[in-house]
Amino acid sequence: MKEQLQALEKEALEKVDDATSLKELQDVRVAYLGKKGPITEVLRGMGKLSKEERPVIGELANKVRGNIADAIDSKKASIEAAELEKQLEEETIDVTLPGRPVPTGGPHLLTSIVEEIEDLFIGMGFEVSEGPEVETDYYNFEALNLPKGHPARDMQDSFYITEEILMRTHTSPVQARTMNAMEDKRPVKMICPGKVYRRDTDDATHSHQFTQIEGLYVDKNVRMSDLKGVLDRFAKQMFGQEREIRLRPSFFPFTEPSVEMDISCKVCNGEGCSVCKQTGWIEILGAGMVHPRVLEMAGYDPKVYSGFAFGMGPERIAMLKYGVDDIRHFYTNDMRFLKQYHQA
Amino acid sequence: MFVSLNWLKNYVDIDQLSPEDLAELITKSGIEVEGLERFASPANNVVVGYVESCEKHPNADKLNLCQVNVGEETLQIICGAPNIAQGQKVAVAKPGAVLPGNFKIKKAKLRGVESNGMICSLQELGVEEKFVPKEFASGIFVFPEDAEIGADVNELLNLDDIIMELGLTPNRSDALSMLGVAYEVAAILDVPIRLPHTNYHTEEEKVENYVSVKVEAAEQNPYYGAFLLKDVKIGPAPLWMRNYLMAAGIRPINNVVDITNYVLLEYGQPLHAFDFDKFGSDEVVIRMAHEGEKLVTLDNQERTLTSEHLVITNGKEPVALAGVMGGADSEVSEQTTTVLLEAAYFEGQTVRKAAKDFDLRSEASNRFEKGVDPNRVQKAGERACKLLQEYAGATVLNGVFEYDHLDYSEKTVTIWTSTINDRLGTNISNDDIADILRKLNFNYEQDGETFTVYAPTRRQDIVIFEDMLEEVARIYGYDNLPFTLPSGGAQAGGLTKQQELKRYVKRFLEGAGLSETVTYSLTSKERATELVSPEVAEAMVSSVSLAMPMSEEHSTLRLSILPEMLSSVAYNLARKQVNVAYYELGSIFISKEEKVTRQPDEKVRLAGALTGEWLTHPWQQEKKTVDFFVVKGIVEALFESLNLNVTFVQAKVDGMHPGRTAQLFIGDQAIGFVGQVHPQLQKEYDLKETFVFDIDFDYILSIHENEPSFAKIPRYPSVTRDIAIVVDESVQAGALQAAIAHAGGELVKDIQVFDVYQGEHLAEGKKSIAFSLFYQDPERTLTDEEVESSYQAILDAVANEHNAELRG
Ligand SMILES: [Zn+2]
Repeated sequence: MKEQLQALEKEALEKVDDATSLKELQDVRVAYLGKKGPITEVLRGMGKLSKEERPVIGELANKVRGNIADAIDSKKASIEAAELEKQLEEETIDVTLPGRPVPTGGPHLLTSIVEEIEDLFIGMGFEVSEGPEVETDYYNFEALNLPKGHPARDMQDSFYITEEILMRTHTSPVQARTMNAMEDKRPVKMICPGKVYRRDTDDATHSHQFTQIEGLYVDKNVRMSDLKGVLDRFAKQMFGQEREIRLRPSFFPFTEPSVEMDISCKVCNGEGCSVCKQTGWIEILGAGMVHPRVLEMAGYDPKVYSGFAFGMGPERIAMLKYGVDDIRHFYTNDMRFLKQYHQA
Repeated sequence: MFVSLNWLKNYVDIDQLSPEDLAELITKSGIEVEGLERFASPANNVVVGYVESCEKHPNADKLNLCQVNVGEETLQIICGAPNIAQGQKVAVAKPGAVLPGNFKIKKAKLRGVESNGMICSLQELGVEEKFVPKEFASGIFVFPEDAEIGADVNELLNLDDIIMELGLTPNRSDALSMLGVAYEVAAILDVPIRLPHTNYHTEEEKVENYVSVKVEAAEQNPYYGAFLLKDVKIGPAPLWMRNYLMAAGIRPINNVVDITNYVLLEYGQPLHAFDFDKFGSDEVVIRMAHEGEKLVTLDNQERTLTSEHLVITNGKEPVALAGVMGGADSEVSEQTTTVLLEAAYFEGQTVRKAAKDFDLRSEASNRFEKGVDPNRVQKAGERACKLLQEYAGATVLNGVFEYDHLDYSEKTVTIWTSTINDRLGTNISNDDIADILRKLNFNYEQDGETFTVYAPTRRQDIVIFEDMLEEVARIYGYDNLPFTLPSGGAQAGGLTKQQELKRYVKRFLEGAGLSETVTYSLTSKERATELVSPEVAEAMVSSVSLAMPMSEEHSTLRLSILPEMLSSVAYNLARKQVNVAYYELGSIFISKEEKVTRQPDEKVRLAGALTGEWLTHPWQQEKKTVDFFVVKGIVEALFESLNLNVTFVQAKVDGMHPGRTAQLFIGDQAIGFVGQVHPQLQKEYDLKETFVFDIDFDYILSIHENEPSFAKIPRYPSVTRDIAIVVDESVQAGALQAAIAHAGGELVKDIQVFDVYQGEHLAEGKKSIAFSLFYQDPERTLTDEEVESSYQAILDAVANEHNAELRG
């Protein structure tokens, strides 16, 4: 019997070894270790053995069983590993093929600029105000110290709807509106972005519709040096820490003194180049101390309050910052133009 | 204003600075220098030559053979100019000279005869054709007889001059004169100013014997001065004067006209010279024109006047349009011998009106419009008399016949050093202020820190404290102001909830694949009425148009963002950009009046337009073209993210596809629409299938709650049941869904359509719709019986209400 068991073991181990699939392996398991298998059969014949032989053969049979089972398990593991490997092999893809696109959009360049400026002034304690695009002559001109017949009205030929109603020519009326609406005449610290309209023929540098951002700060003891400090911070954050600013005298009916602010040219660092017309400076915005008539008309006592105001054109800033060469690009909404400014 | 630096040097010393540095200083302290250009490029080796002889070229009819004495030698030069003649003094470019345009002069043979140089025209020396005096325009330039032979022409012709172009703001009309610029430069450089001479010899004979002046419109003409000059000899003005005029951009004509122009530029005071022999009477009457009165102006145009126009008359008829242009009849000509010289103050608005009405903006009208200096009116007349005496041989009669109601007083403005410092944030001393006032040439009285300033009449812009604040600040220098930040309370800035919501919606739509546009608010009258949302159409009475549009295209305020947005879509399609996905947040303008008397209501709308492919992924055979449900999906997701319940109702909207348009409602409130543009309108706009939405964003702003309340995360499992029902094809999914929600009760948390089928295995005119129902109770696990009973209730309801059958 001993020989029989040993022969069975050898035979089974060979079959395990030959098995190439889990199924074949299972067949071997059933064939040799099953209840009807040859080992069981051998054990069944143990009754014929002597008392001394019985435990020896029993032990041997269990050992043979154990060996075959171990061989099957180990073979199973290796077949499974091979099969997994094969499956993974089959599942391999070309990772260089393009991915499934996701529709992407983004803000208009003007919105990006306006929001950047809004956030910058919000950081300095400003609020954002809005006003109507169709204005009264009073708020657009008179409340800003531009009475009827004032020569400066020529500077901004306007789109009138009636004699008293027009498309606003600047966002400055929001100054007057905000101050007028302030019943307790508290300090005002706001910026106002918006669309404005002028009688211009659309070309590379003119647009009958464009954007403006107006800023106003009215309080007790507002100084012109504060205007300079605020504008300097704005210029450095918007155009880079290396930028210098300078103020030059100018004229706006609603501010006195009035100035224009230049920043040092980024292209030549102030040395002079074609971008800055050899001056080393680039004009960015107009500003000034709020004219006492404007304060007075809005119900603020100019002896108690003073303030500064400034106004700038996001189109111009975008043109300078990104080299956009034609103002009409902002309004034709060419997808190729819009997409350029969707990246962070 | 063009400022010749050579001319300016007559009044102030500027030689210590380069023109560039001077320009920079002027720009920084007051007036923007917009350009700095050479009058002409300097020519070397060009000298004055005397034409000793001039004969026909032996071999060429149109050429002359000249012997020209240039000082140390006599050159034989061949010249083709028609106006060359023996005895002239001319500009000779000697061999080796280089003329503008890098034109090198060499010895040459012309038709077999040697030519050693060139006799030049002004154009050849780099002077712009439009400034060249008419008599020299098509030939060589001829110097006055006193020109020194062999002298360098650069200086004689002012070719080395530099022209500074000033960009003047409306308040600085004082710098519309050389003297005004000189005062400005004197203040900046702290140098003295030299004023021109105005003294001349007068005859015994008095002006009154010849002419009288009567002003009948004192308000429009507070001062009128008349000088009378006899024995005038018309001829060319002196060369230096012609040079300065050309440098300032004015073409020289003759001595009388040139002198009035010269004084205009020097003093900023326009003058007018009448030929007194053609004046037509001995009285000057200034009055408003009669309605319909006619005047032929210098440019030979007949002008029909109205009672708003101020005219100079000879007592019978107009001879000049005051401050704008003289009449042709009394124009100074070659034959003129007696000149009536007008130096007057015409009120700005009156001149402005006339200049505008006749489109006659001139150097003169421009200055009157802005207001001339009262103290220079008569002075300018005297200066012209001096020059006419000197350069036109005029005899000046005694006195000036004048009418005078002009206010010559200087305005007083009081300033305090402490207030100046408070406003500027500076630490300027009393002495600094006094010094600044001295530099400005302003008279003042000082009492400690109080200065009473007498603003000179040339500076009409200085009226109030702040005007002086600006004067002090700019002369002190803006560069010297410190940088400070406002000392007022550290106020927190920020966006309002509504502004934040706008930004949120923008970012949401951008994340959903849309690109933001900015389109025009002004569209054509026709477009303004297209694609107007039903609730807008109901609220409005008429569209609002501009009184005087620049073009029909941009004449009317939009009532929808869509028409201009669709134009932008078409713009892209025409450039082969066929996939477009847009949104815009912007105002529309609703007027509730037939005829506009108030500002229209401005309503913020959120609109979008999509066309082309939405998703293309070819190698995986995925392709999705934009359709109704792409756009609806975006709109639904937006409202869901805003936690707002919106319903879509099949609707007809003008300009939209009648079968593919839904109106949007929040409760009973109509808030816009979504759908496909009507194929006919698509064609008009040159579009392919385009889907749009237009939403009343103001309404959303008005109802949106910013803080969502916390909803517990359910702890008990949900149960899903599917139901497929067959209905008539006209029954809408939305209606079934509403019936299911109603009948299913509170436990039904969500209903989703997962299949819609029509065709084989279904009767004609029937369709099958399958829904997934999600049941859940946040407090406990649901029982089968509960779900089953709800399910049955749903089946009964759809059967009753929509004749639906369970699909077998
Ligand atoms: Zn530069």
